[in-house]
Amino acid sequence: MSNPTLERGETPGPGSRLPWHRNEDYRRMFSLLMVGLVVALMTGPSGNRDHPTDGFTGSWFHPRVLLFLGAAAAIGVLMTLYDRSKGAGRRNPLQPVIAPITAVRDRMTSQPLLRYSVYAAILVFAVLYPMTLTPFWQRVLVDQIGVYVLLALGLNIVVGLAGLLDLGYIAFFAIGAYTTAYFTGKLPVAPPFTLNPFEVVPIAILATLVAGVLLGGPTLRLRGDYLAIVTLGFGEIVRILAVNGDAFFGTNVTNGPRGAVGIPHPSIHAFGINYDWTLKSLPYYYLLLVLVVGLLIAFNRLENSRVGRAWTAIREDEVAAAASGVPTVKYKLMAFAIGASTSGFAGVLYASKVGFISPDNFLLLFSLLVVTMVIFGGMGSLPGVVLGAAVLQWMPQVLRGKVPPEDRYIYFGALLILMMIFRPQGLLPSRRRSRELKLSEEGLGGADSLGATPGTTS
Amino acid sequence: MCFTSQFWQLTVAGLAIGSLYALIALGYTLVYGVLQLINFAHSEVFMAGGFGGLFLVRELVGDTAPGGAAAVLITTAGILGGALAGAGTAFVLERTAYRPLRRRGAPRLAYLISAIGASLFLYNLAGKEFGRLAIPMPDIYTSGTVFHIFGARVTTNQLVIAGAALVMLIALDRLVAKTRLGQGIRAVAQDAETASLMGVDINKVITLTFIIGGLLGGAAGFLYGLVFNVQYTMGFIPGVKAFTAAVLGGIGNVRGAVLGGLVLGLVENYGVACASSAYRDIIAFMILVLVLLVRPSGILGERLGRSA
Repeated sequence: MSNPTLERGETPGPGSRLPWHRNEDYRRMFSLLMVGLVVALMTGPSGNRDHPTDGFTGSWFHPRVLLFLGAAAAIGVLMTLYDRSKGAGRRNPLQPVIAPITAVRDRMTSQPLLRYSVYAAILVFAVLYPMTLTPFWQRVLVDQIGVYVLLALGLNIVVGLAGLLDLGYIAFFAIGAYTTAYFTGKLPVAPPFTLNPFEVVPIAILATLVAGVLLGGPTLRLRGDYLAIVTLGFGEIVRILAVNGDAFFGTNVTNGPRGAVGIPHPSIHAFGINYDWTLKSLPYYYLLLVLVVGLLIAFNRLENSRVGRAWTAIREDEVAAAASGVPTVKYKLMAFAIGASTSGFAGVLYASKVGFISPDNFLLLFSLLVVTMVIFGGMGSLPGVVLGAAVLQWMPQVLRGKVPPEDRYIYFGALLILMMIFRPQGLLPSRRRSRELKLSEEGLGGADSLGATPGTTS
Repeated sequence: MCFTSQFWQLTVAGLAIGSLYALIALGYTLVYGVLQLINFAHSEVFMAGGFGGLFLVRELVGDTAPGGAAAVLITTAGILGGALAGAGTAFVLERTAYRPLRRRGAPRLAYLISAIGASLFLYNLAGKEFGRLAIPMPDIYTSGTVFHIFGARVTTNQLVIAGAALVMLIALDRLVAKTRLGQGIRAVAQDAETASLMGVDINKVITLTFIIGGLLGGAAGFLYGLVFNVQYTMGFIPGVKAFTAAVLGGIGNVRGAVLGGLVLGLVENYGVACASSAYRDIIAFMILVLVLLVRPSGILGERLGRSA
């Protein structure tokens, strides 16, 4: 590892002669104990504004803290023993778990028959299993998981494939949802013609596409981290406009904080088929399933096309890509717009399924939530992203009643940091992405479209 | 023009809030200077300063508002308390969310994501521990009109904010320009690798840069709390605005950040007079996009190394 400059001489192996406070083992033990205290605080009781220390005393001056500290100490000792036993060339202790998964993946890549049978099995499971669920879980599957899987798939194009960070992603979701409310006549301003939510889909996709291009056009020419903050600002602008839109130069456009109510369910009246979606979740689930499978196939094709290769080239080395004739701004804009329109599409479905939207559905938090899903599952990996979205939306429902719902963002925040420290490639990483991250850490090439690695000469 | 009728009143208010933006913007700009990174979690440093100052002042103030010398002392204590809370948060942030990545030479996206994670973690933890309702600052003094300038009222709060900010801004400017640490910061900002070859301890400089940014941001958090309330989500909007100020002045440029903060404060107040206070926050975002479009290097240009 040719880790440039920083921290040189900082990482001596275990057992070297150093003052004890610089010894790796002690340092790790200290970090673990600190983490133990933080976890005790996170899971402990809450305080309030009149008793701001209650949470701290209730977590740290209570016997339960010993449990966390003990666990941390035990992990520290185990890790030290593990290092000692294997010497300096330590293997990943999770190797026995990871090895079979990698083996299955390799077999799947080399054997198309196996691959398609696995896909078929997953599909059959995805079709049959939800029928056995209770209505509550069917609703969770659609409102929480399905919609967010769509969102995460779209953001994956932006973050995972093009390596751009979009923090205002939920704004496009909002645009899609409000477009639906407008064209179904549920906003105070009357539309020129009312449509069925299905017919709004192309309009919403077009609207978000235009919004994406308008926003991305100026900013994608700049250094990548500006995009993050501009999209963050854009997300807030859209929300503030929605909140204050009940007095937009004197006219009520968005109904303000109250939002739009009674958005109709979609229905099909074509080719002799007449079908109405109703309050039931299962029909929506199958609709979403078809869409997700369709998008998975489309995005997979896209990834392995000329466009996908251009994205990879931009991500790995933008200057080299531009020098080889890849129009970088055009392709970045394309990724941004595809992501945006997927989000807008999800917005239409969400609005027509739930029937009620308000600015509170489009908080900055939800943008960050989608980012977390993509990172957690594995940037650039389609199965990873689906899994990431599903797990992160399923967990809070399982933990209902055990963890206060507002607290879950504490865990998501911690998860993001931990993922970046220990597993930046995500749960089910894309192979190319893992390799890029590894090479980039060794100082070869890049892994995102944001410019040189910090701390190196640039 | 819509803002001419109350021009001086708006100017006074704009300069007061602008000096707060300047204080926070310095945190972004300093970190950007040494790491070429936007510290997304800086708004949480600001929030921590608000809570730190609030709880300290709440201990010091009794049931009735103290007057005279006691009020001055308590306000100073609040500023220091906020600054220390901010610096502590910034230090922990650097150690947990940045240093492990730096040791590994992680790509840029990883830093942004880990900073966003830290931000999510910190403000939601604050919400859990201190409640999610807004907390008013106890009355340290009764803020009223102190004097008039060109017919505009200047309140105690505005004087305290502008005065405290001015002292800190001058101190920082001298620190960066004159001291050995300042020299180190500028050297790392110019070229980290060469600086390390010349014997600058990069890690120490980076840690101290975070701490200095945290001191300023935390103090700003307390001052902000004096006028508005303290709440776990208080950091987000001032954070984005201060970032806008930093970009406006030229990110990485210390004096630019101050200039950008003041300009932003003024433009925002004039803009509110023209449109509506509901769109106050949109104005800053619009300026950000415009600056990035027209002059991404900002008014005074980038780079900390060249500025001082």
